[in-house]
Amino acid sequence: MKFKIYRFNPENDTKPHVQDYELNDIEPGTMLLAALLRIKDEQDQTLSFRRSCGEGVCGSDGMNINGVNGLACITPLDDLKQPIEVKPLPGLPVIRDLIIDMDQFYKQYRAVKPYLIVNDPMPEVELPQTPEQRERLDGLYECVLCACCSTACPSFWWNPDKFLGPAALLQASRFIEDSRDQDFEKRLEELEGPFKLFRCHTIMNCVHVCPKGLNPTKAIGRIKAKMVTRSL
Amino acid sequence: MSNDTNSIDMSSIERRQFDTLIIGAGGGGLRASLQLAEADLSVAVVSKVFPTRSHTVAAQGGMNAALANVSPDNWHWHMFDTVKGGDYLGDQDSIEYMCRAAPKAVYELEHFGVPFSRLDNGKIYQRAFGGQSQNFGGDQAARTCAAADRTGHAILHSLYQQNIRAKTHFFDEYFAVDLLKDDEGRVLGAVVFNIQDGQITVIEAKTTLLATGGAGQLFKTTTNALINTGDGMGMAMRAGIPLQDMEFFQFHPTGIAGRGMLITEGARGEGGYLVNGDGERLMERYAPKAKDLASRDVVSRAIAIEVREGRGCGPNKDHVMLKLDHLGEAVIQKRLPGIRQTCITFLGIDPAEAPIPVFPTAHYTMGGIPTNRYGQVVVPVKDTPEEPVAGLYAAGECACVSVHGGNRLGGNSLLDILVFGRAAANHIIGYLKENKYHRVIDDEVIKKVVEKVNRFDQQGSGDETVAGLRKELKQTMEEHCSVFRNKEILKQGVDKVEQLAQRMKNVKVDDQSFTFNTARVEAFELENLMACALATIHSAYAREESRGAHSRTDFIERDDKSWMRHSLYSFENGLDYKPVRTRPLSVESFPPKPRVY
Repeated sequence: MKFKIYRFNPENDTKPHVQDYELNDIEPGTMLLAALLRIKDEQDQTLSFRRSCGEGVCGSDGMNINGVNGLACITPLDDLKQPIEVKPLPGLPVIRDLIIDMDQFYKQYRAVKPYLIVNDPMPEVELPQTPEQRERLDGLYECVLCACCSTACPSFWWNPDKFLGPAALLQASRFIEDSRDQDFEKRLEELEGPFKLFRCHTIMNCVHVCPKGLNPTKAIGRIKAKMVTRSL
Repeated sequence: MSNDTNSIDMSSIERRQFDTLIIGAGGGGLRASLQLAEADLSVAVVSKVFPTRSHTVAAQGGMNAALANVSPDNWHWHMFDTVKGGDYLGDQDSIEYMCRAAPKAVYELEHFGVPFSRLDNGKIYQRAFGGQSQNFGGDQAARTCAAADRTGHAILHSLYQQNIRAKTHFFDEYFAVDLLKDDEGRVLGAVVFNIQDGQITVIEAKTTLLATGGAGQLFKTTTNALINTGDGMGMAMRAGIPLQDMEFFQFHPTGIAGRGMLITEGARGEGGYLVNGDGERLMERYAPKAKDLASRDVVSRAIAIEVREGRGCGPNKDHVMLKLDHLGEAVIQKRLPGIRQTCITFLGIDPAEAPIPVFPTAHYTMGGIPTNRYGQVVVPVKDTPEEPVAGLYAAGECACVSVHGGNRLGGNSLLDILVFGRAAANHIIGYLKENKYHRVIDDEVIKKVVEKVNRFDQQGSGDETVAGLRKELKQTMEEHCSVFRNKEILKQGVDKVEQLAQRMKNVKVDDQSFTFNTARVEAFELENLMACALATIHSAYAREESRGAHSRTDFIERDDKSWMRHSLYSFENGLDYKPVRTRPLSVESFPPKPRVY
């Protein structure tokens, strides 16, 4: 099986290049991460990428695979056209090889105040929430912060500092929808303006690439609807 | 990072000062950091991965607490189950403390925003898990608080989010190399390096908390993430601290056969069950009462025996099946959506339609850095078995407090990290009131550690590679320290691991870059794994009885007279032992009894 992998080390390289690798005896059902680990272990220990859980839960190994963002650990090789082209996630600075600098992505995540805000004194037991209220968080809380969505979004590419991006807006929605949160009005207010939320042009790349099957565009739509209702 | 170890320019090394240094940003580290940040202390959290990548994120089934939302319950029953589940090796003061603190720990998390699943009355959903009973061994209890089957993810993200609010200081993608210790044995911080650019930083701290997680990468087939390399345990051993009860390693009954991905015990808690190659519900024979919800060690042994005696499933009869399809798609999608997706992704099997092939898989390090119930690291000094090491704390899977004894109950690990992360932070707050000032660290102490940071680039003949040695180590542990053990197999294992540890000296890392050098990180990780492997295999070889997860085919009985004691293994002294703390805080002790489910 043939691979074409993006390589860049700022210590030695003035510009990135593509390196070819080949692996034999790949069993059916093998994921891309397993192949990358084999290349690193058997052929080239300088090949650098992030990885951890190996089952799509930790969100470490987001990369661009044959032109589509995804998690290497849950991308089966069988489905990929050869040679398999692996690049870092687009739109953010590359630190080395497949490793990007995610500071801007995390900054936008922090900007939406991604934590529950309750102003009333807390009860000695749990805050009550009905199963129906809790269901509104499904499809929102499962995000693994892999950045596949935001780095697939043209609006985020052009304005990564002003447009919050799909991942951060999904988090914003997760707290706006939470029946326990008491910062609803302010959360909506802070998303006003032409950039933070309204730069979303429903291109829906985020939906297509999300490895967890989440739908940031829908979440953004839900926020927009709430803003409209609030302004009436 | 200097390439000349002989002339380290101290002025070029960045130095930072904090009240507390926390190494590890999983649930234990983040619960502690939150407590400390809210007490207005300066806290640095050093983690080799961005916090939400920590392995707490992969916990599925839930967290135990006697909330009695679903079945009658109280903390004392939870305590009994935990003592029994641990095969009477757990320290009963710590266990009482944990079980009493559990409901509060869950409510706190809920207040932090954790999206727990809910009951119709608006309370937190609880499911049945293995080894849980009402009334000291009676009917099955439902004690495990769950957010679908993504409880760890929900908890870790909420804790990280609360730390953002509390403005905790994070050193993301920094690797901690070694602890800094003065002549009196006080721990004064650690030397770390920034993975992104190789820069070394000395973090001076009045208190240091190790919360680095387990060592599941010791084994070839494991549910554990690649980052679970026992880093804190390795650091502790190199600082002269023994590791406790390392022979007790949990094999989860239901890892996906041959692959290792975890299928939560919650799958059986929701009504799933195991079948062998003859289509029998195998657990009926091994645990007539609790059946599929017996303790994990019991279920894992049962599966291993079925396969060994030729009643496995598949063409090679090398696994059994976990059947869930009778639960119906609606229940599976609502309660177990994560494992459903994992099965579809990795096996092409939808558990709503077909059974899942499973086999016992390395899962949890019951042993670790010895601590008391305040999280203080304790070591034997002369006649005192548990003397605190000033300034050093440990919590979570890297620690051995010991609440899990010889076998951890499902749902008690998330509980452990939250209760003892918080307890350690509270003790640190008190300690800092008495110890207000940073102590001076001798330059020589720092130099010694700094010298080590790039030693893998320079030392060694280069005959060995990290990947090659790591593969051999994992294979060796799998073959010689698995579900069933005996003297001969363990002796061979001891010899092999000792040889591997020697060969580690010949490792040379080809990649000498300063920029995100993961090859160098892997060399440090392997060094830590080697330390854990030595402690594990030596302790297992010496323990001539069967207790909890440590099953000796040549010593099949538990031997309370000789072996109801904790193992301690250190580089300096080899094996040593100390008594189990059998006296709880306020209730009567649970004396050892035969363990049946």
